Amino acid sequence: MAPAVELRGITKRYPGVVANNDVTFSVRRGTVHAIVGENGAGKSTLMKILYGVQRADEGNIWVEGTEVSLQSPSDAIDAGIGMVFQHFMLADNLTVLENVVLGAEKLHGIGDRARAEIKRISAEYSLDVNPDDLVAELGVGKRQRVEILKVLYRGAKILILDEPTAVLVPQEVEELFDNLRELKSEGLTVIFISHKLDEVLSVADSITVLRRGATVATVDPKSVTARQLAELMVGSELPSPSTEESTVTAHEVLAITNLTLGSSDGREILGDVTLTIHAGEILGIAGVEGNGQAELVEAIMGMREPSAGRIMLEDTDISDWHTREIREAGVGYIPEDRQRHALLLDAPLWENAMLGHQTQKPNVTGVWVNAAGAKAEAERIVAAYDVRTPSIFVTAHSLSGGNQQKLIVGREMSHTPRVLVAAHPTRGVDVGAQAAIWHHIKQARREGLGVLLISADLDELIGLSDTILVMLRGRLSGEFDPDVVTAEELGAAMTGAA
Amino acid sequence: MKAGLRRLGLAMAAPVLAVLVAFLVTSLILLLAGDPVVAVWTQLLTVPRPRLIVAIINGASVFYLSAIAVAIGFRMNLFNIGVDGQYRVAAFAAAVFAGQGWLPGLLNIFVSLLIAVVVGALWAGIAGWLKVSRGVSEVISTIMLNAIATGLVSFLLFKVADSTAGSNVTSTKLVPPSSRVPGFALIPGTPNRVYGFVLLAALVGVAYWVILNKTRFGYDLRATGRSETAAVASGVNVKRMVLTAMLLSGAAAGLVGMPLLFGQDFSYGTTFQPGLGFAGIAIALLGRNHPVGIAFGALLWSYLEQQSNGLQIKAGVSTELVFIIQGVIVLAVVIAYEVVRRAGLRMEQRNVARQLDSDQPGYTFTQGAPV
Repeated sequence: MAPAVELRGITKRYPGVVANNDVTFSVRRGTVHAIVGENGAGKSTLMKILYGVQRADEGNIWVEGTEVSLQSPSDAIDAGIGMVFQHFMLADNLTVLENVVLGAEKLHGIGDRARAEIKRISAEYSLDVNPDDLVAELGVGKRQRVEILKVLYRGAKILILDEPTAVLVPQEVEELFDNLRELKSEGLTVIFISHKLDEVLSVADSITVLRRGATVATVDPKSVTARQLAELMVGSELPSPSTEESTVTAHEVLAITNLTLGSSDGREILGDVTLTIHAGEILGIAGVEGNGQAELVEAIMGMREPSAGRIMLEDTDISDWHTREIREAGVGYIPEDRQRHALLLDAPLWENAMLGHQTQKPNVTGVWVNAAGAKAEAERIVAAYDVRTPSIFVTAHSLSGGNQQKLIVGREMSHTPRVLVAAHPTRGVDVGAQAAIWHHIKQARREGLGVLLISADLDELIGLSDTILVMLRGRLSGEFDPDVVTAEELGAAMTGAA
Repeated sequence: MKAGLRRLGLAMAAPVLAVLVAFLVTSLILLLAGDPVVAVWTQLLTVPRPRLIVAIINGASVFYLSAIAVAIGFRMNLFNIGVDGQYRVAAFAAAVFAGQGWLPGLLNIFVSLLIAVVVGALWAGIAGWLKVSRGVSEVISTIMLNAIATGLVSFLLFKVADSTAGSNVTSTKLVPPSSRVPGFALIPGTPNRVYGFVLLAALVGVAYWVILNKTRFGYDLRATGRSETAAVASGVNVKRMVLTAMLLSGAAAGLVGMPLLFGQDFSYGTTFQPGLGFAGIAIALLGRNHPVGIAFGALLWSYLEQQSNGLQIKAGVSTELVFIIQGVIVLAVVIAYEVVRRAGLRMEQRNVARQLDSDQPGYTFTQGAPV
């Protein structure tokens, strides 16, 4: 039997970068085939090529034994390839039916015939999707199933799922995997892109590892461990996420009491949040995104005005302070969205290295920018935090995400902060940068820094935190000891199931 | 500094490209209209006579101030279309005061300049205040304020007009001779003099550069222009920054009419040069908000205007042709800058990737240096 999909010698070059270099692998029919690799390893480019969004410079694609030329997504759909994107493409104010038929009206019309077809697909693959539900009322897991149904409705026999678990809590991940097994048993083929190795090992029948644009190996999940897989991805020995001795002291550096924040339409965004961070402590906050974590960070940083409550930085009440005063008082800040909140992408690195500290030495002298001082400081940060760049004069834009983040971490650590507010500090960075950033945070904690760590990566939270609080609908709903808690327990608390 | 040279080359590529495109498009239009292409360019490209050189420099100094006023806004993503209204209101107020001659000589000039700066700033401040307090787009409010300025100034001009002038030109009282700014006899071969206030324009240009590039305030302003969200997270009070930038832009706009008032017209009247604010927008775009770039842009603008005067006689083509040239230049330059910007970005990313590749063969990874 011919493989469902076969790629031979796929090469794609961008100016100065080879995104894919002689990628070759084949996917058997009726299997879940995982593609793993670090950020920037070329997974996304490869999938775009397979979905006809981009064209390869070299190489051939074979589907069910015939060579195909995919010039556009509609070619891919004709060849039976469908893609479920990481970010859902659904219109909230339409029903499931309307979303599914949108753009595919010719297949089964837009009325009862389409409704019947949706019900049939839903039943066949146990997707549990009702065509007349309003998408706005569906949870994340269900929305994802609607996306899968959309692809099946268009006749796809091969499904590409791009980081499908990034938006799900552990329970929903299990449900998704059940669905995938269902699809597989019906003879469909699933290509699953991920960098979460445990998940890949549990669901995939075969795993292809990409590194620096090239296929390193295709392995059988039964014969490898997560650690071996990670080493294939990175190409070297991994640092072990060793738990360290507690450095928590009795000295409170940040104390928040009864912090409440209302939105303009009267909804409560944060309710009665009370927490304390001690010197040498990393306090982790777990939660499904959108449950008030971002707003909590913004309230601490003075970017939002709380409607009630108090924020104390050691002995000083900073509740009413402006962002600049808070930063000058020694609160470091690693924002969630580095490109929007932490960098001036068009500005040179040395100007970025002083952002957020543009009132502090050595960056300024009185009202004047001390360019020489700021440049020397930038050189120091680049060297000490291993920011890979040819010079401090290139724009922030030209660096990779990991190097941008190392620059940000370095800059925030360089002004002797008492408290560090870190929102998703290793999101979207490669494994190497992630290890370096963890190392720096742990190092600072040993030296007495108090850290508020917000993260969607439960392993990161469990590995770094001294205490984990769970946030649900704007309130703190539970406290866990990272030494004993499991990802499942946290997931249950995050969804309110516990 | 090879990188510096390349950057300069990139910076020059866009305006040169734009001027070339304008040359071609204009030639095409002339051809289509059956006008004498060669005669037009001969007239426009002939070496200007000394008298015209003086006029070009004088015109450029006024354009320069206007473009700087616009550029201050541009640097933080504020589109101050209202420079046109701001400079007229300010020039009128200064002219009324200076014409009274309450203060002697130099002091009169100083106080008049101060009044122009304050009035211009306040007029622009209305738009700034509306933006920060009510969220009104400065584009809309400054356009409206331009219209209001036109009406207000005509109305007030009629009230204070110097009735003894005996002509049908309505204007404020003449500035006393002791308070006029003498010109420089820079260009030989003509009795005409270059405005003394060319120095004012240069001074404003230097101040603009120093404040923006060398001060903390300038850093905050540029940061806000590049990314408002990042500026907020870094501690910039964006509302205050919007208001301050608008006030500064208006203050610079207030100076636009001053070379004319103290160096040529000595009063504000119905014939006071209009439209300077809009020319400023075009020139700021052309000069890429850079003080030196703007100087070249202002000179080019003024050159085209002065050289166009002979078009009707020498080539039988309407002087309005220059507006076409200017318009095409601006359009082309905006496009060219974007093209060059992207090319530059690609080039830089490629260079960074290549340099990193040659630095680090293979994939190494460290745990970061110990702190």
